[in-house]
Amino acid sequence: MNHLPQAWGRPRDDVYGAYDGSYLQSHGPNQHTQQPIVTGTSVIALKFQDGVVIAADNLASYGSLARFTDVKRLRKFAGTSVVGFGGDVSDMQYLDRLLNSLDIEEAYSSSGHSLNAKNLHTYLSKVLYKRRSDFNPLWNQLLVAGLDDDKKPFLASADLLGTTFSAPSLATGFGAHLAQPLLRKVAPDEMAASKLSKEQALAAVKESMKVLFYRDARSLDKYSIAIITADGIDLKEDEKLENQSWAFADQIRGYGTQVN
Amino acid sequence: MAAMFSQNPLMNGPNYSFNQTPTTAAGGNKEHSFYPYTDNGGSTLAISGVDFTIVAGDTRSTSGYNINTRYAPKVFKIGGTTSSQDDATLVLSVVGFAADGEALKERLDAIVKMYRYQHGKPMSVKACAQRLSTILYGKRFFPYYVTAILGGLDEEGKGAIYSYDPVGSYEREQCRAAGAAASLIMPFLDNQVNFKNQYIPGSGEGHALQEREKIPLPRSEVEDLVKDAFDSAVERHIEVGDGLQMMIITKDGIEEIYKPLKRD
Repeated sequence: MNHLPQAWGRPRDDVYGAYDGSYLQSHGPNQHTQQPIVTGTSVIALKFQDGVVIAADNLASYGSLARFTDVKRLRKFAGTSVVGFGGDVSDMQYLDRLLNSLDIEEAYSSSGHSLNAKNLHTYLSKVLYKRRSDFNPLWNQLLVAGLDDDKKPFLASADLLGTTFSAPSLATGFGAHLAQPLLRKVAPDEMAASKLSKEQALAAVKESMKVLFYRDARSLDKYSIAIITADGIDLKEDEKLENQSWAFADQIRGYGTQVN
Repeated sequence: MAAMFSQNPLMNGPNYSFNQTPTTAAGGNKEHSFYPYTDNGGSTLAISGVDFTIVAGDTRSTSGYNINTRYAPKVFKIGGTTSSQDDATLVLSVVGFAADGEALKERLDAIVKMYRYQHGKPMSVKACAQRLSTILYGKRFFPYYVTAILGGLDEEGKGAIYSYDPVGSYEREQCRAAGAAASLIMPFLDNQVNFKNQYIPGSGEGHALQEREKIPLPRSEVEDLVKDAFDSAVERHIEVGDGLQMMIITKDGIEEIYKPLKRD
């Protein structure tokens, strides 16, 4: 018997040839996401008295190229929650697959689905924090909308660093600068949000999407919007912006002194 | 790493804490590489009394010049028997990188709960303080980017406060401010809690001056001090504001108080 433990259980060289170790090593260093490539811009969301409205446009940019114009960035989960993704689209698709398998696993239990939006947000934030701690981040900022344990409207954010927070209105990326001030005017605190009607919330979100299209160079006038209430999810994925104001533009001449 | 210690004496005067983190990885001219930390601003403060401890923190969460939310607690009850933490006796405050703060809080809470399960008694502040230090040091080379303060009552029922640096160096103190506005609040506490630079009127000139006697403050006065400290920090630091959350630990349990702060 061979007294060298390293050789135990290894296919014999005289029968199978020398051990090919190249399968164990990859050539070059492991590649982690260092930067996002194909990206989605803002996601915005607002709570109202019996649910949450969430919206994101249908664009996936490749740098400044508006490369894919029909990308759905709002994803349903278990018929109870919606996740809105900003940031890298391939990482979004990975997370979507992860959520699908989670959904299937959960459906095995006899009582049916038990994960609400709050549980889903906790799960996603743990995934994101673990990945950033491994220096291999999922380059996304996401908003989770739905209902919590007490069937109250739930809205929270999680990002590539694992940072989480919750507020009556939330927006990622450019939306944090442009949409959030508009949404906060409608719902400055939880109390105000719990008195908003669905129509008011919808109007505020649509108006914010318009402002984002005016001023965000990586945005599109085609967008998805979802309303989540206890009755279920109303998701529309092919909305167009309405009533844009451009008529004033033909009055503007030159950059200063030009008259005509 | 120098950026970690916002109390760094090399910097003259308070700074926006998000300016202290390096924006590019050291030694590289890479355009964009992954940096696993960020600063979510905010400030915390703890003061101990004869038979109580107050741990407080503002509730604003920021990223850069943006406000993430106006209500994100940084002060947590630790080690109760249930998830509602009704019977907890310890309080932890974390300020700095919120995701690390959350992770640290959850780990400490799980450990203190396990201690009760394994030993059949609640954990003392002293034991918890030592354990928190080892948790922080366990990530010595990928630190939790937070300044933690642990509060409770010691074995004699006196108020106890332990303050930490991000890698686990710790000390029991009378009072401590941490976070973005620590440099604004701490000198105020030196003067108003420990009566530093205060002398008995008419007690003499120069070296003959007698220091004001150090007496522990009553609870109502400490509550006012905390509110005043935060009100002035809100005026002078843009990352502090929105709400003040106070946890008051006494032998009867933990009382939680919320007060609004300026939202500008």
